[in-house]
Amino acid sequence: MHYNWNWGIFWQESPDGVSTYMDTLLAGLKWTLALSISAWIMALVIGTVIGTIRTMPNKWAVRLANGYVELFRNIPLIVQMFLWYFVMPEIVPASIGNWLKSLPNASFITAFLALGFFTSSRIAVQVSAGINALPRGQKLAGTALGLTLPQTYRYVLLPMSFRIIIPSLTNEFAAIIKNSSVALTIGLVELTAATYSMREFTFQTFESLTGATVIYVLISGIALLLARWLEKAIAIPGFIASGSANTGGH
Amino acid sequence: MMSSKLVVALVGLGVLVSSVQAQELTGTLKKIKDTGTITLGVRDSSIPFAYLDDKQSYQGYSIDLCLKAATAIQKQLGMTALNVKMVPVTSATRVPLIANGTIDLSCDSATNNADRQKVVSFAPTMFVTANRILAKKSSNIKTLDDLKGKTIVSTSGTSNLKQITILNGERNLGMNILAAKDHAEAFLMVETGRAVAFVMDDILLASLAASSRAPNDYAITTEALSVEPYGIIERKDDPAFKAAVDGALTSLYKSGAVNDIYAKWFLKPIPPKGVNLNVPMSPQLKAAFAHPTDSSDPAVYAVVPEAQKQSLKKK
Repeated sequence: MHYNWNWGIFWQESPDGVSTYMDTLLAGLKWTLALSISAWIMALVIGTVIGTIRTMPNKWAVRLANGYVELFRNIPLIVQMFLWYFVMPEIVPASIGNWLKSLPNASFITAFLALGFFTSSRIAVQVSAGINALPRGQKLAGTALGLTLPQTYRYVLLPMSFRIIIPSLTNEFAAIIKNSSVALTIGLVELTAATYSMREFTFQTFESLTGATVIYVLISGIALLLARWLEKAIAIPGFIASGSANTGGH
Repeated sequence: MMSSKLVVALVGLGVLVSSVQAQELTGTLKKIKDTGTITLGVRDSSIPFAYLDDKQSYQGYSIDLCLKAATAIQKQLGMTALNVKMVPVTSATRVPLIANGTIDLSCDSATNNADRQKVVSFAPTMFVTANRILAKKSSNIKTLDDLKGKTIVSTSGTSNLKQITILNGERNLGMNILAAKDHAEAFLMVETGRAVAFVMDDILLASLAASSRAPNDYAITTEALSVEPYGIIERKDDPAFKAAVDGALTSLYKSGAVNDIYAKWFLKPIPPKGVNLNVPMSPQLKAAFAHPTDSSDPAVYAVVPEAQKQSLKKK
């Protein structure tokens, strides 16, 4: 294989004339973080609501929530992005469609919605699994104390189940960072797209991809550390919610 | 057909010569001989150079040229059969895949430029095109300066995207540049109004517009941003393989046999829709066929537009 390694490429000027290739990657990283974090907040809110509904006594509500989960979980993310970006503006009335297309940062907004809905369906499943993992007595005890159903969820079930599912939520957060790269297919220049453009302008394929890999590993690592810290910080002594809960006497 | 005897004689000679050379085959030729396979990189939507038709088979002008080269190599190596494997590539993946040996030739619409010559080599130029702007007639785009502050799209991995990125900075146009993953999707962005204009080689723009739902809605600017010679991509530093491919194409060009292949794709209806692109051979291309060259210097082919000079001095 004929390949000229050139690690200095990151400090060379990129063709847009304003900065180096490193800055190109960092500009992409900004979009990756903005997209991941905003979609994560949306997914957490919607996922919690839908996940809670899935454990409710009302059969119809459960069916609706299950339908939501199946819809967003089973269509590949790349297809969902494409549908949101290219198809949706064409099937709504023309005026709304044109408004959608003229939005500033349309790619970002579309990617945010697609990624948010997609991840919310996965979080919903985890939230309901967390609630179902609690002993049935918890719910009954809530009722016995005179709490209404919403209060039981709010003060007993959800706080406990969230502690249980922190590890799988961490996993989901790592996944949303990785999944955000799919947004490049609708023209958002996030980290992976920035890597591609660097690769195409310089032909230093391996350096570009190595650079992106290192950045992805770093942000995933930071997310993991934060999650560990959070788990420790909110652990209830004596209640073993997960493997890494504090078991010492300090 | 007067010369068929001569051809047979030459081929016979070629077989003799090549069997002598057989012990010292190296690089790609050795790989082709050992595996009995030549691997061609092809494209999904570079009409009419390389694209998928309605029967899910790859075809096009560049693929035909590659197949001619493959036949010549088969004869040169004295092989009774040669298996041609086609691997779909994109603008972004073709160069790395050539470099790492996944594909032997990339048969698509690749611009031969100095940047790329550093990592790959090119067969003699097979087409000369220009970088232009496609937009809907309704948006009234005549020159690059009309795109100030607007959203435009080009295809990721292309020299066009690089050039427009440079010009955007040089001329302070403040355009928002989207990078689509292939030509079809870039065109879709203009069709659905996601982008005002698509910056690409004029021949590809013409093909996409001709095969779209409303061909008359689109206009391509007369202002050319660059001259782009197309060539088939070969691996760098493999002189024996390059000589085999270049030799096959050079004789194809000089004998005039290339005219039929050109006519088949540019002057007659082509699948899948039977659209006739009707692009007569340009004087620049006639010259490039009369004197085959793999030069990456645009000045060899035509007068270089101002915009191209502007983007070339920026390195």
